[in-house]
Amino acid sequence: MKEFLEGSKAVAEVVGLCKPGVISAYPITPQTHIVEELAQFVADGKLNSQFINVESEHSAASVVLGGVAAGVRSYTATSSQGLFYMAEVIFNIAGMRLPLVLTCANRAISAPINIWNDQQDSVSLRDSGWIQLYAEDIQEAADLHLIGYRITEDKSMMLPVMVCMDGFILTHGIEVVDMPTQEQVDKFLPAYKPLYKLDVENPISMGLLADPDYYTETRYAIHETMKDALKLIPKVTAEFSKVFGRSYNGLLEEYRTKDAERVIVAMGSVCGTIKEVIDELRAKGKKVGLLKISSFRPFPAAKVYEALKDIPKVAILDKSVSLGSYAPLAVEVKASFFGKKKSPKVISSFVAGLGGRDITKDTVKEIYSLLTSKEKACEFIDLKPELLKESYEQ
Amino acid sequence: MSNKQLFVPGHTACAGCGQSLAAKLVIEAAGPNTIVVNNTGCLEVFSTKYPETAWGVPWVHSLFENAAAVASGVESALKYLGKKETINVIAQAGDGGTGDIGLQALSGMLERGHDILYVCYDNEAYMNTGIQRSGLTPFASNTTTSPVGGVSAGNIRPKKPLPEIAAAHGIPYVATASVGIIPDLQRKVKKAISIRGPKYIQIHVPCPLGWRHDPALTMQVGKLAVETGLYPLIEYENGVLSAVRKITPKPVEEYLKTQGRFKHIVNNPQELSLIQEIADNNIRKYNLKAEQTS
Repeated sequence: MKEFLEGSKAVAEVVGLCKPGVISAYPITPQTHIVEELAQFVADGKLNSQFINVESEHSAASVVLGGVAAGVRSYTATSSQGLFYMAEVIFNIAGMRLPLVLTCANRAISAPINIWNDQQDSVSLRDSGWIQLYAEDIQEAADLHLIGYRITEDKSMMLPVMVCMDGFILTHGIEVVDMPTQEQVDKFLPAYKPLYKLDVENPISMGLLADPDYYTETRYAIHETMKDALKLIPKVTAEFSKVFGRSYNGLLEEYRTKDAERVIVAMGSVCGTIKEVIDELRAKGKKVGLLKISSFRPFPAAKVYEALKDIPKVAILDKSVSLGSYAPLAVEVKASFFGKKKSPKVISSFVAGLGGRDITKDTVKEIYSLLTSKEKACEFIDLKPELLKESYEQ
Repeated sequence: MSNKQLFVPGHTACAGCGQSLAAKLVIEAAGPNTIVVNNTGCLEVFSTKYPETAWGVPWVHSLFENAAAVASGVESALKYLGKKETINVIAQAGDGGTGDIGLQALSGMLERGHDILYVCYDNEAYMNTGIQRSGLTPFASNTTTSPVGGVSAGNIRPKKPLPEIAAAHGIPYVATASVGIIPDLQRKVKKAISIRGPKYIQIHVPCPLGWRHDPALTMQVGKLAVETGLYPLIEYENGVLSAVRKITPKPVEEYLKTQGRFKHIVNNPQELSLIQEIADNNIRKYNLKAEQTS
């Protein structure tokens, strides 16, 4: 049924339909609305779940780790500093091969403290062994939680899934969302049957010490599973489409790229803005397009290559930056062409939208216009030069 | 399954390790219907080096400071499954993992009222990393980060009063125990698991390597800590002191002289008197002294 819903509420409703038995979270803006909503469902008796209010994000992640280790589907959500405070647990959950879905309401990282959106938080945890899926709009954010649970609980995966949705833009924005029914969800997402769990009838030890004779293989195994995820994700989204009627590729989406001369590569809600600009520019005869990356981990390098190999000029738009190097998404896209026969003539990289600075349609148009034959590496867009002039010299 | 198979030999603990003995006593008292959540530390390292495990009960290790939180998740999952009534959850860690880096998670677990027994194996320093000072290292102890030197007589601070901190949460049961007094230790574990809600037991476990005592003397060293008043065995129920183990106090020197970590003070009357004062304070505070019968 179509409803006019805040992003956080839509996500909470869908998470509730997934029936997690253990939910734990710690307050942090802009994630809080999601777990407040879930707490209310539990308080109203609408959702049978143990809602655990913890004293930190470190413990929130640890509680859901314990919940799923004991064989119960679990859920948590966080943002920014909260995700970083969880960081060691985040790596630990993946290393222990525990299936879990976490919502990251993407927010900038301190200092300076800033509660607004960019993607530095989740992008910085790209090496943690979590599958990372980025939502363009509220509908996709809600749907990715269903898709996420199916992926993470697949016996061939057992890797946690982070659903990344831009803070405020998607968490607090309101859109028309086609909400799934419990019947549809139950059809798509069967009850969780753990591959292994803490069970007094069949005692096992989990989280053992692995010395140099064993450690490498555990990392290799995750790396290989990530490659398998590139095949599984589109399968799961195809099944999703059968039940819910909405289709996602799951890895990436090409928007009007067929004959495009200039293509922007981006992740998250900015893709919606870019699509609008494309439609406007296309109406004026400009051959522009978008490659939306949905899955940042695993990174679909072969599919990126196929999508962009014949495009003359490509711009990558990052909402994060690897300070002292390049922008993270740009590095991934460029690496997709290394050693290949074909490549765009120009691959430029732009950084925008940090700490909540709006990426407007004009920003997007500027990026297309800056996509000339001169390659740009990690060019900051919408900088305010007047703010850079301050000096401490006496 | 026999309770003797819940923590089996063949692990790699040092000879005379007080913690390995205490861990065995705890799980044997708790029985097979128990899930154990273990912080990083000696116990985790010596009992679960892949591909082997010493544990005959379901056991999980995540990180250094989060056993209390992981156990909270396990307990919540069992509640969700309707199985909590029949299964015990034990979270366990060393003194550093409990009282320093894990204190926040522990406090959260106690405050939230989870039905979990938290066991702290107190060997009074970070032994797994090589005998560094923790918040529970006693006064004057010579550790690698509170070393004795020309202007240092070892650790300058007294032990963090962790049992009192736990009791201040008003939880149903808090106790201290010593691996040197086995029946008392196992009675307290059994009592703890018979009570619903959060429980905290802190067990004094001599570490021959870190304390530099004869590995054959682990039990005696443990007993002497109790008998001198340096490690009072006490119980709190609902935040109130409810029982103490009475002693006929021995001079602290008898305990200190068994261990290399106190070697620098056993011939120093001034330092010795400071430690005797700590014991005397404990004896007064908890009324430890047994009444004379003669």
